[in-house]
Amino acid sequence: MIPELGHFALILALCLASLQAVFPMVGAHSGNTLWMQLCRPLSAGVWVFMLLAFGCLAYSFLHDDFSVAYVARNSNTLLPVYYKFAAVWGAHEGSLLLWVLILATWGYAVSILSRDLPLDILARVMSVMALITVGFLIFMLGTSNPFERMLLNTPAEGADLNPLLQDFGLTVHPPMLYMGYVGFSVAFSFAIAALLTGRLDAAWARWTRPWTNAAWTFLTVGIALGSWWAYYELGWGGWWFWDPVENVSFMPWLVGTALIHSLAVTEKRGVFKSWTVLLAIAAFSLSLLGAFIVRSGVITSVHAFAVDPERGMVLLTLLLLIIGGSLFLYALRAPVVKGTATYGGYSRELFLLFNNIILVVSTATILLGTLFPLIHEAIYGEANKVSVGPPYFNTLFVPLMAVMAFFLGVSTFSRWKRTSLQHLWQNLGKLLTASVVLGIVIPLLVTAHFNPSAMLAMALALWIALGVVADIWQKTANKASRVDGLRSLSLSYYGMQLAHLGVAVLILGVCLTSHYSIEEDRRLAPNESLTIGDYEFVFKGVEERRGPNYIADSATIDVLKDGEFYLTMHPEKRRYLARGDVQTEADIQVGFFRDLFTALGDPRGEGAWVVRIHVKPFVFWIWLGAFLMAAGGITAILDRRYRTKRVRDEAAVPAVGLKTALE
Amino acid sequence: MHSARKQKLYIVLSIVLGAAVAVGLLVVAFNEGLNVFFTPTEITEGKVQPNQNIRIGGMVKEGSLVREGLEGTRIEFVTTDYNADIPVVYEGVLPDLFREGQGVVAEGFVDENGVFQARQIMAKHDENYMSAEVKAALEAAEKRKAAGGISQ
Repeated sequence: MIPELGHFALILALCLASLQAVFPMVGAHSGNTLWMQLCRPLSAGVWVFMLLAFGCLAYSFLHDDFSVAYVARNSNTLLPVYYKFAAVWGAHEGSLLLWVLILATWGYAVSILSRDLPLDILARVMSVMALITVGFLIFMLGTSNPFERMLLNTPAEGADLNPLLQDFGLTVHPPMLYMGYVGFSVAFSFAIAALLTGRLDAAWARWTRPWTNAAWTFLTVGIALGSWWAYYELGWGGWWFWDPVENVSFMPWLVGTALIHSLAVTEKRGVFKSWTVLLAIAAFSLSLLGAFIVRSGVITSVHAFAVDPERGMVLLTLLLLIIGGSLFLYALRAPVVKGTATYGGYSRELFLLFNNIILVVSTATILLGTLFPLIHEAIYGEANKVSVGPPYFNTLFVPLMAVMAFFLGVSTFSRWKRTSLQHLWQNLGKLLTASVVLGIVIPLLVTAHFNPSAMLAMALALWIALGVVADIWQKTANKASRVDGLRSLSLSYYGMQLAHLGVAVLILGVCLTSHYSIEEDRRLAPNESLTIGDYEFVFKGVEERRGPNYIADSATIDVLKDGEFYLTMHPEKRRYLARGDVQTEADIQVGFFRDLFTALGDPRGEGAWVVRIHVKPFVFWIWLGAFLMAAGGITAILDRRYRTKRVRDEAAVPAVGLKTALE
Repeated sequence: MHSARKQKLYIVLSIVLGAAVAVGLLVVAFNEGLNVFFTPTEITEGKVQPNQNIRIGGMVKEGSLVREGLEGTRIEFVTTDYNADIPVVYEGVLPDLFREGQGVVAEGFVDENGVFQARQIMAKHDENYMSAEVKAALEAAEKRKAAGGISQ
């Protein structure tokens, strides 16, 4: 009964979304206020029914209703309750349901939070979002219904959730990532509305900015969680593999970052308008491309689940309709929203343009690397397969990011319209010298090795971080006190600086981990030990241990630091009972300046095992940096000027009255 | 030269320079990162240069895995497309889903003795799922076998 209720709720949501896609849009064109106003209750309705459908699927999971095919494939009575709930989005059908629920949530959020928005724009935005919802709901009901039943041959026991997904990081990772992917649909819908009306002004940019920031923040957290999961759950000790599916989540992030900066220029200076619109379209299109690549299995990757050509074709059609349609509209209407203002040399606009170009070029190189195997196969036939490995991406991406990090430091000190070189040099000369000198000296003192790339990374990170500090120092200089100065700065300014600080921390984390990690795969017999730096790892042997739904070979490794006992680590090799899958469970001792990483390989006879032991300096900083960026995103959203526009207008009236009274 | 013209010249020069650097980097990047995929049959036919960086794929031959009695972390196994066999040597930790009778993709090079020296071993994260590369390799080998059978 409950699964049918969920199925029915999905159909109702589709009906309401269809109405929402048509009536507000038609109303906006014909000036029918009533039809336009329909968008608010309709989006609430879509949201409620999507929530109901989601609740029904969750209910089926929690009650082990294995007559639902999706539940039977992805759950098990032995599965801990928490993972039963997370299993709702553990495979294709359920994660698609989550995707549409999140889309409906964003739509509903826009409808209730955008009170300032002119009704005709809101109606168009909501219609575009509903159109996307309709597309995905048809796809879901047609090819991947999560409520499909197996009433005749109901299995007594489910096949269990993929053990790789039985982990906290990965239960939170997909919802966060989807919030980001789908969140870009808001910026996309605003862009389409702007193209339709031809109105693209500072107010439009101001409405779009917080939504874009929000989506970007979620995507940042989602990607960081994914990379964190890969680090401790896959058991390889790496945190980024340039896997196609990582790439497709990274591309919308890069374009989203470009969009955030381009929106800032559009709001403040009224330029880059059509460019901003194009970026908004690109960010969401790349998100959809990500969904397509993950779902269709056109590219083999660790994530490519649910390989089904029919689904792939439907998704591809949907993708082409949305991307093709929006680009067609852009081609027709982009001249209408062209910017008129000008800007001179060395202005902040110019540096932000550099930033945008670098981000877009990076995205293009990643796109090329990701799709190249497909292109190659299409040209040379199926028998000639190639793959593009991490060296390709590193060779292109790392220098691009180095250039961008340099310009990031410059642009903070540049001014809108025009900045004199003299002004820039006055501010940046000392900073540049300090970061170059410290960047060379610090690694040399700490490691006693001359490592140019680590030094460059250090110098760039210092360049950004010192720039942030110096800029805040300068901006608070003319106030009565420093505290007053700090108070007078806006939250969006703090958000920007926090995110930029995050970039510096991330650069340090990435580069220092890559250059100074020590990684050993060693065969160790019981009581044999391995020394890395200050740490000695003593392998004590392996014992069997039983978990709730698995049996584990659990190793005991005593770690000595400078000859004294430091801690004991227990990396495991688990065999999950339901599927018989084997899963490496690394044991990581996380530290601010270094992580100790141990993972168990395979047995090599006489109690000896191959053990993977890494000492990874600064790896924590990678996620710290991502966290700072996300925190910056949230801080910027909280800025009052996104919310108090109406209040300010009202406040202006008594002020005028007072003025006339004084006269 | 007029300053406006000069400025244009600089812009054009910087674009040309930028494009040249980009193309150069792209060529370097593709040289380093591109791995061509070969099947065991293709390797025995001598289509691969020694020490060329490639990927191979096939099934891990039943009973071929040796993990005990070797130096350090070394393991040996044979990968096959049921038409030709290639011995593989690897040092390190095997992925969780690596086992005999399952598909495997390895990255590395063929040495002078015809042994594949693997730098990286990949097995897919789903037991029922076979890598498209391995699948294609097996199908190709089957076709060849069939064709060979007819000609004999």
